[in-house]
Amino acid sequence: MTAPKFTTGQRVRIADRTPPVHHRVPSYAKGQVGIIERVCGMHGEPEKFIRGDGIPAQRLYRVTIPQTELWKPYDGTASDILEIEIFEHWLEPAE
Amino acid sequence: MTGHDHSRTFQADHPEPTSDAARIGLALRELLIEAGHYTVDEEQVVIAAMQGASPENGAKIVARAWTDPAYRERLLRNGGKALEEASFDIAPYEFTVMENTGDIHNVIVCTLCSCYPRSLLGMSPAWYKSKSYRSRVVREPRKVLAEFGVKLNEDVDVRVHDSTAELRYMVLPQRPAGTDGWSEEKLASLVTRDSLIGTQRDLRVRCRS
Repeated sequence: MTAPKFTTGQRVRIADRTPPVHHRVPSYAKGQVGIIERVCGMHGEPEKFIRGDGIPAQRLYRVTIPQTELWKPYDGTASDILEIEIFEHWLEPAE
Repeated sequence: MTGHDHSRTFQADHPEPTSDAARIGLALRELLIEAGHYTVDEEQVVIAAMQGASPENGAKIVARAWTDPAYRERLLRNGGKALEEASFDIAPYEFTVMENTGDIHNVIVCTLCSCYPRSLLGMSPAWYKSKSYRSRVVREPRKVLAEFGVKLNEDVDVRVHDSTAELRYMVLPQRPAGTDGWSEEKLASLVTRDSLIGTQRDLRVRCRS
């Protein structure tokens, strides 16, 4: 089991890319900056699986994004949030 | 399942496929069975397990968390381990419980498909799988919740959980007032399926005469 690259509370950016295979990042979350809510376990991720490479396990995280950052305009309050699961290879440290 | 014509449908009461996607799905299933990846009998075991699961399982977990603060702590910290303690198991998924409080309301969705803790709570409701719910509850959660009858003041934060990968979620609703001293069994009877998804907030204490 590989050590997690990110820790709870760290700011991260979700990659903005669209590989031509099944992937588990909805378009609304691509390119967004959020905060690691928790470090989850290692799981098989589908992008590699579809190429027949087996299912290499990847670290999974929960990422918190403010709703007001995701949707403009957003009909709610500044403390409303969205939380989403993102695999490690989709994340990079953000300022 | 000898004599079962699995070349047509995998459940006797299942309608004939009407879309190309459904036909492709059934064809793929035939190929997997013919190639020996799994058997019809194994498939029936999985279907039976899902049909045997129901929101009552979630209600039992909720009632236990309401009456046992140490269990509630464990449930929120590591849902999977707390489930095992109660003799449930949703492996290989990570079970994650989000607690509603006076100023937090949680609601669960799977925008990419319709992920749901089926082996614990049974099949998800039809609206949970609808494109309308999946696309709108992330974009305008307060409006969608209001349509379900959940009117939230601005002092309550909304937390939308998009189940995109390997976690499966359940909401821990708030224990209603006026239930002091109730047994776990009686408390569990108050918990609804929708309150475990977050499209219901206040649980009703039914008055029995």
